Amino acid sequence: MLKKRRELYNKEICSCSIFGAMNREGERFKGKNVVEAIANMHVRGNGLGGGFAAYGIYPKYDDYYAFHIMFTGRSWEDKKCAKEEFDAFLGCNFDVVQDEEIPHCDEASVSDPPLVWRYFVTPNKNGEEANLSDEDYIVSKVMHVNTKIENAYVFSSGKNMGVFKGVGFPEDVADYFMLHDTYQAYIWTAHGRFPTNTQAWWGGAHPFSLLDCTVVHNGEISSYGTNRWYLEMYGYACTLQTDTEVIAYAVDLLMRRQHLPIELVAKIFSPPIWNSIDRMNAKERKLLSTLRMVYGPLLMNGPFTIIIGHNDSMIGLTDRIRLRPLTAATRGDMLYLSSEEAAIRLISPELDRVWTPNGGEPVVGQLNSKRVVRDEVIPVS
Amino acid sequence: METVVIDATGIPTKELNERLRAFMLNGAERFVLKNICGQRYIGTRLFSKNGTKRKLDIDITGTPGSDLGAFMSGHHVRVHGNVQDGVGNTMDDGEIIVEGRAGDVLGMSMRGGKIFIRDNTGYRTALHMKEYLDKKPVLVIGGTSQDFLGEYMAGGIVIILGLGDKPHTQTFIGTGMHGGVIYIRGKVDKLQVAGQVEISEPKVEDREVLDKFVGEFVDHFPDLGLSKEGILKGEFIRLAPKSKRPYAKIYA
Amino acid sequence: MKSFLFPEFQVIRDQERCNQCRGCERQCSFGTHIFDEKTGEMVSEEAKCAGCQRCVIFCPNDALVIKPTLSSYRPNANWSREKLEDLKRQAETGGVILTGCGTDKPFRIYWDHIVLNASQVTNPSIDPLREPMELRTFLGSKPDFLKVKTDGDVELDTQIGPNVVIESPILFSAMSYGAISYNAFKSLATASKQFGTLFNTGEGGLPRELRAEFGGNAIVQVASGRYGIDAEYLNCAAAVEIKVGQGAKPGIGGHLPGEKVSQSVAETRMIPVGTDAISPAPHHDIYSIEDLSMLIHALKEATNYEKPVSVKIAAVHNFAAIASGIVRAGADIIAIDGLRGGTGAAPKVIRDNVGIPIELAISALDRRLKNEGIRNRCSIVSAGGFRSSSDIIKAIALGADAVYIGTAALIAMGCTLCQKCNTGKCNWGLCTQDPRLSGRLNTEIATHRLTNLLNAWSHEIMEMLGGMGINAIESLRGNRDHLRGIGLYEWELEVLGIKGAGE
Repeated sequence: MLKKRRELYNKEICSCSIFGAMNREGERFKGKNVVEAIANMHVRGNGLGGGFAAYGIYPKYDDYYAFHIMFTGRSWEDKKCAKEEFDAFLGCNFDVVQDEEIPHCDEASVSDPPLVWRYFVTPNKNGEEANLSDEDYIVSKVMHVNTKIENAYVFSSGKNMGVFKGVGFPEDVADYFMLHDTYQAYIWTAHGRFPTNTQAWWGGAHPFSLLDCTVVHNGEISSYGTNRWYLEMYGYACTLQTDTEVIAYAVDLLMRRQHLPIELVAKIFSPPIWNSIDRMNAKERKLLSTLRMVYGPLLMNGPFTIIIGHNDSMIGLTDRIRLRPLTAATRGDMLYLSSEEAAIRLISPELDRVWTPNGGEPVVGQLNSKRVVRDEVIPVS
Repeated sequence: METVVIDATGIPTKELNERLRAFMLNGAERFVLKNICGQRYIGTRLFSKNGTKRKLDIDITGTPGSDLGAFMSGHHVRVHGNVQDGVGNTMDDGEIIVEGRAGDVLGMSMRGGKIFIRDNTGYRTALHMKEYLDKKPVLVIGGTSQDFLGEYMAGGIVIILGLGDKPHTQTFIGTGMHGGVIYIRGKVDKLQVAGQVEISEPKVEDREVLDKFVGEFVDHFPDLGLSKEGILKGEFIRLAPKSKRPYAKIYA
Repeated sequence: MKSFLFPEFQVIRDQERCNQCRGCERQCSFGTHIFDEKTGEMVSEEAKCAGCQRCVIFCPNDALVIKPTLSSYRPNANWSREKLEDLKRQAETGGVILTGCGTDKPFRIYWDHIVLNASQVTNPSIDPLREPMELRTFLGSKPDFLKVKTDGDVELDTQIGPNVVIESPILFSAMSYGAISYNAFKSLATASKQFGTLFNTGEGGLPRELRAEFGGNAIVQVASGRYGIDAEYLNCAAAVEIKVGQGAKPGIGGHLPGEKVSQSVAETRMIPVGTDAISPAPHHDIYSIEDLSMLIHALKEATNYEKPVSVKIAAVHNFAAIASGIVRAGADIIAIDGLRGGTGAAPKVIRDNVGIPIELAISALDRRLKNEGIRNRCSIVSAGGFRSSSDIIKAIALGADAVYIGTAALIAMGCTLCQKCNTGKCNWGLCTQDPRLSGRLNTEIATHRLTNLLNAWSHEIMEMLGGMGINAIESLRGNRDHLRGIGLYEWELEVLGIKGAGE
């Protein structure tokens, strides 16, 4: 292994399809439609990755953190060893209320599945760590597992939500985890992947998640090296070798730790250009200039469309010059986000509003609120 | 004239386009496609080397996928619904009419033919549209567009009517424009328009062009209940490049 | 005693083309060309020639060729001609050999072994002529995060320390009035104002008559000699820089020979006319890091905390640790100057042997600060022999926020690197106080040349950024993934923190 050369990571590039559906009144629905929608965009992927995030799926354990772990490795022995090491680690740091293998269907056409397990836990903090908040505690433990325990990866760590992902077309991954009927959620996001590095692995599929934040992403971040070093300064270990990871950690840093609202986070990821900032009024100019000055290293350059999920919201955002597509639509309580409109029409032929947001303008679905974007512009259908 | 009706539910792109081609080679001239949902490149695979330049008529219900009418040469397509990205990509000839909105890169590198969109469009509309002698593509949009309208435009005619509620807020209009003309009905600030573009008032020849194509637009969308005269009463501006060689001075 | 050295340059005059206009005689301040009344021809004393090419360029008939002399010793890989002759010179004079400009020795130039990325397919490259491409840079300390108030409107709750804005990451490096002529100094000031960047006064102070107009674009230096520093000097500027060291001569002070201390220079520096202006090696109030912290804060107090304070150090062996200390001492900007930096006068042996190349320095410093989690607290400005826009963009990818150009700016105004700056006889009117010579530099034209250079390089940087699929310079800073090394050793790749081409 080479010594100190820090930048020697191999970044996988993700071009793909994304989809999100949310019932803003919190009514839960099955995954079937979402699977159909993402399957409709089949040609955008190449079968080397698919995944889903679902919110509201564990009402029985809604007060516990639901860890989804994959144990990888060539042989069954490797997987078992990893699980043993992980179980030991978990036992020392958490109280485990329930744990089981995530139900799956072996006939699905996915490649080489790892052992995937879920644990419902609460933190058991000792010593100095007793001062950490639950969430910081969990983040640090998750980082530890993902960097220090070989062949074990925590890929979901929020309450009453979960990520299901793997190598295969998204509809195949949905088959594997039996997502059509098994779970009901009020937010579903989905992703179909087209990585250009042929060595796909289960951990590399989207969504990426940390606590209750999940990210699905279409595009490539050319500022990855810059974003990565900035996040590493704040304790995030970018180990999963894809640029989507930095988005998830950046959202965690800005929204959870620094309590910035999504409107500002959007202006950090996709800031307006200086020419337009210079023409704004003094107050806005100062705010936006300061954001760019301070958070310049978190500007996400390069084409991207992302859908960010949290327990109470679903957010769609594109890059500042809209190099990737995003169509948003509403129908009653439902909010849809998709790479292509056809996928939405497939499951909801009638729509109240359909539009494509401007680059850098977030579309926000908030639980128990019909608000969609802060500055609403009435489109001509 | 035989009309072929196809229910496209569950039919993937390649198979659908194969069927269309087979029917065309067998003499069909009219198609009605129902339940289209995301199938791509409709209208593309309908060029026949030894066939005469037959113009097919394709009526689509649903949401066609990206690249509708890409590289199309000569057919007539009408969509009852919205369309996605890449409509009329490098289209050579023909007509596309959309009762709804379009996505990004509409009419990219279009070289001939006409496209009419009833509502709004997305980013990079009419990018690198081209013309030669009297072969001029035409693009008429009923609503408005988003940023980078007419980027690298080298020819053709784009008309934005601004009929909906949405004002013209796009920026970088005509960046890199070196040919062609854009007409916009409504208010546009100088700062929204790139430095290489000259803003002026339409002249008599321009009014004739507007009269012709706005008339066609109104005929294509009778449900809007608008009149050509009513639309033409609005204030139009004309955008055209200042020079054929906008960047001659920056190289040493 | 008779000198045993033969001339460095030979003057080849085409007598048929020469029409004895005596232009070369007027142009040369070294007295190389003389009109011989008796023969009616121009003759040249080659020993005096500095090889600055002024006469060649200004000869109306292209009658002159000046090139290194053909005479040479027996080839000797160990005793090069330069080593041999410097030794003889020292035997003749007993003195320290002085020289000007940056080192000309063949140290490895890492810029020429680093290649850039371009985006294709998976990420579109961006066209800087038609799509937005942003080079605006802020230099100064940034907080780790912002607090905002969100009742109704969103408002900032955190106060940011002072920052300066430049429209492109290229600044003019420190060249003191005294080392360079008034006209050259003013041209740098004017060009930076017209373009939207900053120039650095060097340790010679800022002449009073220039303060009102150009102060806002000036970084004023506080060097060990503390020349020309008054409260107005500090407060009229955009930023204040403590000069601790300089890449061309780390560890030693500055020396402006008395013949360059004219009336005006003396007034600006506040010393008597004709005295040598000597800057001591260290600041005598900085013998340890805590002393530096005290000086930094003293300057902040003196400027009402309204200006960022920069500290300029030379890149030497342990400099990353020193720099980290400097950041923690309160500096808002760190300027590092590498081995190939220029100077108006320095002992040759120091210029050619002390310091490390700036490429290795930028990378080491950037990574050190990131490892310690304090990279936000300062901006890094790097200096030392930037020759082209590609050098600059590579510096930014390695971790710098901006670069200083000194030699490049002088070359834009006419310098041909003849290395005779320390004589004060610069024929191009750049590094001289002789009004006959400095008057040759037309400030309007020189300013225009400088702004041309900044425009051309900025545009090239935009093209390269766009090629990488990036449209804002902050996304390239420290983004080493866009660089690869070619023909470098393993350890060099590690120090630079980049992969080898093909990896």
